[in-house]
Formats: sequence, structure tokens, C-alpha cells
Amino acid sequence: MFSLERWQEIFETIAKNKLRTFLTGVSVASGIFILVLLLGVGQGMQNGIAKEFENDASNSIWVWTRTTSVEYKGLNPGRRIEMTNEDYDFINKKNQKYLEYKSSRAREWGVVVNYKKESGSYGIEGIFPEFQMIENQEMIEGRFINKKDIDELNKVAIIGNKIKKDLFKDKEKTPIGEYIQINDIPFKVIGVYSDKAGEREEDRVFIPPPIAQQVFNKGHKVQGLAYTLKPEENFETAVQKSEEFVESMTAYLKSKHIVAPEDERAIGVNNSLEGAKRFYNLMFMIKAFFWWVGICTIIAGVVGVSNIMLIIVKERTKEIGIRKALGAQPSSIIGMILQEAIFVTAIAGFTGLVFGLALLELAGPMIQTDFIRNPSVDFNVAITTVFILIFAGAMAGFFPAWRAVRIKPIVALRDE
Amino acid sequence: MIEIKDLHKSYKMGSNSLHVLKGIDFSVKEGELVSIMGSSGSGKSTLLNILGMLDEADNGSYFLDGMPIKNLNEKIAAQYRNKFLGFIFQSFNLINYKTAIDNVAMPLYYQGMKRKERLEKAIHYLSKVGLADWATHHPNELSGGQKQRVAIARALASEPKVLLADEPTGALDTKTSYEVMELIQGINDEGKTILIVTHEPDIADMTKRIVNLKDGVIIDDTVVNQVKATANV
Repeated sequence: MFSLERWQEIFETIAKNKLRTFLTGVSVASGIFILVLLLGVGQGMQNGIAKEFENDASNSIWVWTRTTSVEYKGLNPGRRIEMTNEDYDFINKKNQKYLEYKSSRAREWGVVVNYKKESGSYGIEGIFPEFQMIENQEMIEGRFINKKDIDELNKVAIIGNKIKKDLFKDKEKTPIGEYIQINDIPFKVIGVYSDKAGEREEDRVFIPPPIAQQVFNKGHKVQGLAYTLKPEENFETAVQKSEEFVESMTAYLKSKHIVAPEDERAIGVNNSLEGAKRFYNLMFMIKAFFWWVGICTIIAGVVGVSNIMLIIVKERTKEIGIRKALGAQPSSIIGMILQEAIFVTAIAGFTGLVFGLALLELAGPMIQTDFIRNPSVDFNVAITTVFILIFAGAMAGFFPAWRAVRIKPIVALRDE
Repeated sequence: MIEIKDLHKSYKMGSNSLHVLKGIDFSVKEGELVSIMGSSGSGKSTLLNILGMLDEADNGSYFLDGMPIKNLNEKIAAQYRNKFLGFIFQSFNLINYKTAIDNVAMPLYYQGMKRKERLEKAIHYLSKVGLADWATHHPNELSGGQKQRVAIARALASEPKVLLADEPTGALDTKTSYEVMELIQGINDEGKTILIVTHEPDIADMTKRIVNLKDGVIIDDTVVNQVKATANV
């Protein structure tokens, strides 16, 4: 294998058969090249879709209520359903095993908020400390609401980064410790949050739930519930658990508020996992398709290489006879043919790999869209494919070579 | 040098078998120049192939330089061919994509000789057959006689004990044939043992001994007065 003489012999053969070598090389290189591109774009799509789901914690469940749409137990449709603190507590207690973070939401839209001479209209939400994790919000200044604020009924507020920009024109000065007026009631700003989803998620003010219920006269009512579920080992169980939880929760809410079981409208649930599952399925299909096309390409490459190797050996039957007559050992002939096949496929394979990777690297940034991001290839996969092709080329060369050295030299010599 | 006793060989042709060699007894001493004659189908090429270990006998014994040639595996056969035998074929059997010098150097490659050494030796034998100036030419740039001379140089390069020539002049015109024979005679004069298969009487006359084969048996084996090829050129 490492004999210099053998290599000289092989290079000589390759140099004398440029077209043949070139064709073998092209079929291998193009196979690898196409596979790398397909896998790269597939990965890019996966990255893009994954990015879309990065915003909220991906296993979050949001619950809200509307009016009933079905007549049930003598009650007319169109009745407004409203959840209460008791519902929230009951659900939490009953579904403890599923839940990671939880919060009720006492919401009021379009509330005027003033700071000195500046004012704006924002959504106010009374939420629990864990809401921060559910919304995946980051504190850029100060802190989030804590249990103490809720217990002591502190009039404190967390504002979004956008609100800070709107109301606090003096950029040098921190809003922490300042008082803003919500419904003419002063609240102390204790934190500023930012949201990965951008400004549209940053125009809310968070305050402790009991305060929100008092200020907006909501009594015990809450407008929404938000949950994240405990992480699971794999995606399938996570989806299954979330479905169980949603099932149990809606069943409870429907029976409590006398809603028909088939009424889809009264209680709205957004289970982000279900949405994610749809996208993951789509993504899986796309990847599977790319793999399928890629594998077909590789098979075409393997067939091409095999074909060429068969012809090469056939063409060289006479030469093999001559070499045997001159005293070549069978192993030396097989070795020579194999080494040549492996050498050519390896060089071509790696060339295709390098070109594919280079194209992904260069053209990748140019095709960035919402759905394609960082197209890249698992290097191991690519390398493995190259080796499969090399192996196939070697196999394709080995069997005819084996047959050729087994025929008697005199027969091989007669071959024209 | 060569000792053959009761050699048999038959070929399977579909369902019936063809008995080509029917008990050959034959020996060649060192330095002889023997021609094997016979009409086509007499088994002369088969005999040569068996002598050259390119084919195997069914029965009988064969000793080459005192060594039994029997049931050799491919590896040993290859070694023996490389060490003991040089081949000259009717159709030259040069490798087309290799230059004359590389063709001549090929048996030396299989002897495991270093490249530099083998090229030196190859050029030596090429000049011996008068083709030193054609060393870097490919076979398709050479005439038939030149090709055969390259083949002879190749057969000589491994310094074998016996040269086996299968119709060496079969594809050449008379003049070229005599030139090739002159070369072969010269090599024989240096002491090399040579066997030539031919069906041309004038070529046979240029050897020292003529063995006549008919239907797989030797019908005649006589020592003749060698006609020097130079006289005819």
C-alpha cells in the first residue's frame, strides 16, 4: 500500500488514462457535491424553523376565554366565560405533576400610563413571578416581580424596553425607582424587560396580580392562564404530556363554567408544542426528502463508479494477462487496481466535499431568509458518505479484478 | 534444463473434451535452440503454454531446471515465471500505454527492483536489440519488427533461464522475420536456452533442433544444421 514503486506505477496508469480517470472522478465528485448541498439546505431550513420557535419557551400553553357558542343545559350561547383565581388554584393543584411554571393573567388593554409629561397607552397585566420564564423575558434593568411584592401588595411595575424608550426620554437616567401613573395611581418602576420577539412584545406593564384585580375592578376574575410544562426526555412524550394536561384542564373549566364539551370557542388554548410538532413534522419531511434525493444521488454515483471500474478491468484483462505472464502476483494486480480505484474516488470525493462545503460557506449568507438560516452540513455525515463511495468504488473494482486474475494468463492474453 | 515425461492435456469444449497433448516426452538441454513445428491444432502452442506455466497439464511430469512444476499456486507460478522464463508472443503483447523502456522494465518491477536500476537495465537490453533510440516511444509508434524486438528485450530483461517464443515471426514479413531470428540466434549464441513454436520451415531451419508435433504426439525430433539468419537478410 505504501510502496513508492506501486504509487509510481499507479500514477503512470492514471496519467495515461486521463479521460477515464476524469469521468470516474466527476461522477463521484458530483454525487458528493449534490449531497452536501442538499443536506446543507435541509439543515438551513431546520435552523430557520427552529429560530422561529425560539421566542417563547417552546412548551408553553396559553389559555383564554371567550363567549360560548353552543347551547348547553338550558343556557344560551353567547354567554361570556370568565376564569377566576379559584380556577387557577384548582388547576395548579390538580396538575402539579405536569407543571413547571405557571401564572394567571389579569389583563387590561389600552390603559393610559403617564410619567411626568410623557404618556402612552399600554396593556397592563397582573402576573406572577414565574411569568418571566414562561414569556422567556430578559431583565435589562432591575428585577421582576417577586412573591413579596404580591404578599405585601406593593404597587410596583415592570415595564417593557419600548415603554422605557417612550416615557423616559432622558436616556442617561434609569427608570428604576421612578413612579409612573397607571389609572392615576402611582406605581414604582422596579424593572425593565426585553423580549426576543422584539418591540411588539415590549409594550406591556407587569404588576402584581391582586393589585391589577383591584385597580381594574376585576374581583377574582382572571383573563388568561399561562403555563410551561416540565421538560421531558423526548419530544413525543412532551407533546403527549401537554395534550394530557390541556385535556384535563379544559375538561375542568368546561364543567365548572357549564360549557358544552363540544364547544370549541368558549375556552381557547394555544399549545405551542402542538404547533411546534406540526413544524417539526414538516421539517422532518423536508429533511427526509433531501436525504432521499441525496441517497439516490449517491447510489447513482456508486453505480457510475462501479460501471467505470467494470469497464476498466474488462479493458485491462489483456494487460492483466501480460502482467501475469511477466511474473505479477495475483495480489499485486488486485492491489494495484484497488489502490487506483480508491485513490481516484478518494481524491474526487474529497474534491466534491470541499467544493460543496465551500459553496455552502460562500453562498450560505446570501440565501438567508426567515426559513433558511446558516445552511451547514454535519461534517461526519459528509465524510461518511465519501467513505461509502470510496468503499463502493473499491468493491466495484475488486470483484472484476478478482475474476480477472483468476483466469489463466493464456486466456487473458487471448482477450482482445 | 527442461524435462517432460508423458504429458497429457485436454480441453473441454462444451460437452465433449478435446485431447490435445497425448503423452509428450521431451527434454531440452541448456543452450539449445529448439523449434517446435506442427500444423495448427497439433498442440504446439498448448505445449509451449504448459512449458511457460501459462497453462497446466492434466497428467505427466515437468521439471524446469531440476524443479518439479506441478500444482503450483498462482503466487509460486508467478515467481517462477518471473525468475525462469521470458516470453515472446506472436502478437507482441506490449502494454500500449507504456513506453518501450517501461515495457521492458516491467518484469523487473515484479522482481522488486528499484526504478532507477530497472530503467538502467531496460535501456541496456533495448540497446542490445538496437532500439535504444526508441526507448521513450509507445508501442503504436513502432513497426511490427520493432515491437517484437521490444518484446524480446522485455523477455531478456529478467535474465530468465529459458526463452519461450510463440510464433515470434508470425505477424512479421519475411525480412523482418529474419532480422528477429538473427537477434534470437545471437542471444542463443550467448548461451541462452530458447524454444520457438513456429509453422514456418524456414524459421525452423534457423534453429539447431526441430521437434515435429502431430495430433498431440512427437513424430520427429532431429538435430539440424543451423542456417544463419544473416545469410538471408
